[in-house]
Amino acid sequence: MSLLTINDLTVEFPTRRQLFTAVDHVDLSVEPGEIHGLVGESGAGKSTIGAAIMGLLDRPGRIASGIIKLSGDQISGLDAEAMRGLRGKKISMIFQDPLTSLNPLFTVREQLVETIQAHLGGSDAEANKRARDLIDRVGIPDPDTRLDQYPHQFSGGMRQRVVIALALCTEPDVIIADEPTTALDVSVQAQILGLIKELAQERQVGVILITHDMGVIADTTDKVTVMYAGKVVESGPTAQVMGQPRHEYTKSLIAAVPRPTLKLHRFPQISYGGRETRFAIEDMARHWPKVNNDTSKPVFEIRNLTKKFLQRRGLLPWDRTYFTAVDDVSFDIRAGEVFGVVGESGSGKSTVARMIAGLYPVDGGTITFDGQVVSDLTNKAALDAYRRNIQMIFQDPYSSLNPRMRVDDIVAEPIRHHRLMDGVDIKRRVDELLDQVGLGHEAGLKYPHEFSGGQRQRISIARALATQPRFLICDEPTSALDVSIQAQILNILKDLQEHLGLTLLFISHDLPVVRQMCDRVAVMKQGKVVELQETNDLFANPQTDYASELLRLMPKLDDLSTDGLEAEA
Amino acid sequence: MFAYIVRRMFQSVIVLLVVGLVAFSMFRFVGDPIDNMLGQERTQADIDRLRTELGLDQPFPVQYFKFLQGAVQGNFGVSYRQGRPVSTIIAERAPATLELAFVSGFLAITVGIALGVFTAIRRQGVAANIIMTVSLIGVSLPTFLIGILLIYIFSVELDLLPSFGRGETVMIGGWSTGFLTASGLKALILPAITLGLYQMTLIMRLVRSEMLEVMRADYVRFARARGLSDRVINFRHALKNTLVPVITITGLQLGSIIAFAIITETVFQWPGVGLLFINAIQFVDIPVMAAYLMLISVMFVTINLIVDLLYYAIDPRLRVDARAT
Repeated sequence: MSLLTINDLTVEFPTRRQLFTAVDHVDLSVEPGEIHGLVGESGAGKSTIGAAIMGLLDRPGRIASGIIKLSGDQISGLDAEAMRGLRGKKISMIFQDPLTSLNPLFTVREQLVETIQAHLGGSDAEANKRARDLIDRVGIPDPDTRLDQYPHQFSGGMRQRVVIALALCTEPDVIIADEPTTALDVSVQAQILGLIKELAQERQVGVILITHDMGVIADTTDKVTVMYAGKVVESGPTAQVMGQPRHEYTKSLIAAVPRPTLKLHRFPQISYGGRETRFAIEDMARHWPKVNNDTSKPVFEIRNLTKKFLQRRGLLPWDRTYFTAVDDVSFDIRAGEVFGVVGESGSGKSTVARMIAGLYPVDGGTITFDGQVVSDLTNKAALDAYRRNIQMIFQDPYSSLNPRMRVDDIVAEPIRHHRLMDGVDIKRRVDELLDQVGLGHEAGLKYPHEFSGGQRQRISIARALATQPRFLICDEPTSALDVSIQAQILNILKDLQEHLGLTLLFISHDLPVVRQMCDRVAVMKQGKVVELQETNDLFANPQTDYASELLRLMPKLDDLSTDGLEAEA
Repeated sequence: MFAYIVRRMFQSVIVLLVVGLVAFSMFRFVGDPIDNMLGQERTQADIDRLRTELGLDQPFPVQYFKFLQGAVQGNFGVSYRQGRPVSTIIAERAPATLELAFVSGFLAITVGIALGVFTAIRRQGVAANIIMTVSLIGVSLPTFLIGILLIYIFSVELDLLPSFGRGETVMIGGWSTGFLTASGLKALILPAITLGLYQMTLIMRLVRSEMLEVMRADYVRFARARGLSDRVINFRHALKNTLVPVITITGLQLGSIIAFAIITETVFQWPGVGLLFINAIQFVDIPVMAAYLMLISVMFVTINLIVDLLYYAIDPRLRVDARAT
C-alpha cells in the first residue's frame, strides 16, 4: 500500500471574475523511502498540491474534488483540529527560503522543543535531549552551543538543516520539500539534497520534492511528475522521464536546461503552449549608434581593486574592524565580449559589479574605462557621462522596478536624467524600446505588478537600453526566473551583445548558464579572483582545486534527453 | 553595550543643551515678567532694581549660562509668582502628572495591543470591523473635546464620576498618591481615558497592521506546517515579532502623553505640572517654564534610551552585533 495517495485532486481558487483551477484532476502516489519529484514552471500548481496535502491552502482556495489518503486513511476534508494534529506529526514541510522560515526572535532550541512538546508532550529534559539528537543528526557541528543560538547566527545551508531538523521533530511519514535548495549555493545544495536522500532512506520517509530545477530532479528523485498549467503531463521513474520524455512539454522543458557539457549558439526555448515573445533585435540595431569595437584594447582595465566594509564600529580608528569583500582584484574586459564572474554567495562578485557601476566607492585600486580612470571621478558631469555608458540589470525583477511608477516613466527615467532628448522624442523612444523588447508600447501605461517575472526583466532591459549604453552589467539576471523564461532573457542578452556590439559583465552562480553565455570567466572566492580562463578551457580543464570542486558539484545532466539539441560547430 | 550607553548619554546632554537654548531664546518674546510682578504704583527705580535682582538686565547668553549653572546643581531658581523654589513646586506637582500618565499609558498599551491582536486575527469578523470603525473616532477627535464629552456624560448627566481635581490624596514620603483612596481612583478614570484614548487607538492600529504583515511571513507558515496551535502562533511567534516596530512608536507616544497632559489637565483642572506650566505662561514665570521644558526633554530622552535598550532585549540580532562591538 502506498504511503500517500492523491486521487483526482482538483483545487480551485474562486475569484471575482472567474474560477481559477490551480490543480486539475491530479493523481500522485508516494512510497515509503521514495523521493517523488514534482516539477514544472511557476504557476503550474506544484506548490498548491503541497499546500492541499498540508491543509494549508490560502483562502479562498478549496479542494473541489478528489481524495488524499495517508497510509490508507483519508485526510482531505478533515476538520482544522484533526488536521493540526497531523501537521508536523505525520506530514512535515520544508520551505524554500531558510532565511525567512525560522522565527528570528527565538533560539533554535526554543523552536525545536516547542514543536516536540506540541506533538509528543513529555518533559523538558526529554524534549531537549531529542532536540540535541536531531541537530546532531542533520549534521550541525557542536550541537550543544548551536542549539542556544539564534537563526541569524547560522549560514543559509545550516539554517536549512535546522528547518529539516524541525520537520523531522516527530518522525513524520511524509515530508513535503517545497524548493528546499533554490536559495542555496551549489555546494550547499548538494549537501542538503544528500541529507534529504539519506534521511528518506534511513527513516523510510516519503518525500515530495517540489522544484523547478531539472538538475535537482535528475540527481535526487526516484520518480517524477511533470506538471503544466495545473495538469500532470507525464509521470514515471525519473530515469525514464528524463531520458525518454514522451510528452512534448517535458521534451522542451528538458531541452531548455542549460547544459554544462554542450555549448550551443542559442538557448533552446520552450515552444510548448506557443508563448514565445518576439524580440526585435534587427529593429533595434538599425537605430543603434555604430559602435567601433576595437578588440585589441580592453574596455575595462581593473587593477588591484579592493573594497572593505566596516564590520565593527568604533569611535577610534584602531577600534574598527573591516571585512574585506573584494581583495586585490585585477582583470580586463575586452570590447564586445561577455565576461563572466562566478562564485558562491559572499565571494564578492556583486561588490565588484557595484564598484564598476560606481555604486560603491573604491577603497583601493583603479578602474579604467576606455583609457580614462573612472574610479576616482568626483566631477558630476564626467561621472554622468560615464554612467550613461554603463547600465545595470538586477537580479530581482520584483524589487528593482518602482511599484508606484508607470512602466513608460520607468523606461524614460534614464533618458530624462541624462537629458538626452525631450518631450515627444522621449515618448517615441520609450514606445520603440517597449515594442522591441516584445512587450508592445501599450505596456507603458501599466504598472510593474501587472507583469510576470520574465516580462519585468524585459522592462529592466528596456530601461537599461534607454541611454544606448556600451556596457551592461547583469547581476544574476535570471536566477529568479523559470527555465523557459531564463532562456528568453539570456537569448535577448546574447542578441544585444552580437547585434549591438555591447560588452557584458555577467555575474552568476549557475555554471551551466555561464558556460553558454560567456567568452571568458573569472572564478571568485572570498574576495579574490582564483582563476581566469576562456570559458571552454575552464570547463574542460580547470586549473585550481576550487574551480574543479565547483564543476564537480554542478548537477550532472548526463541522463537527460538531448533531443532537438545541436551542438555548436 | 556600555560604550553604547555612554555615547547615548553624551548625545542626550547635547539634546538638553539645545532644548534649553531654544527655550531661553523664546522667553524673551513671551512678555515682561516685571509687568506682572510689580503693581500699578511702580516707579522706574523699582523696575530697574527688580530687573537687576532677577538678572534680567544681562544679555541672554549670560542668563542661559547662569540657568545651566544652577540646573546642574538641582537649583532651578525661584518662581516669580509664588516666590518659592521651582524644584519644590515641581516636586509637589509631578506625582499628579506622573500617576495620570502612568495609568493612561498602561491603559493605552494593554488595551491597544489586545485590541490590535484581536482585530488582526479576526480580520473579517463583525466585532473587529466595529472596533476599527470606532477607533477612527479616537484618532480624529481632539483631546479636549473627548474630555468635555466624557465630563458631560459621566459627571453631568449620570453623575457617576467627578469632573475635576484628584480627589483625596495620601502622602507617602513626599509623594502624594491618589491610588489609595476611592475618590482618588474615581477621579483618575476620566482624565486617564481622555489622555490615553488617542495613543490607544494609534497603538491598536499599528499592532494590527504589523500583525497582519507578520502573519504572512514564512516562519508563521512554517510554524503552522509544524502543527503548532493557533494560540502559540499568534501570541508567541507573531506577537513578539510585531513588538519591535510597535515599541518605537509607543515609546515616543508615552513621551507625548506626559507632554500633552497639559490639555487634559486644563480640562479636568488636574493639579499636575501641565497646569502649572499653563499658569506659568500666563504670568511669564520664566524659571518655572524653563524647568518644565527641561523636565519634559529629560523624560523624552530617557524614554528613547529605554526604547533603544528594549530593542536589544527583544531582538537577538541586535544583541549579538552589540556583543561583537
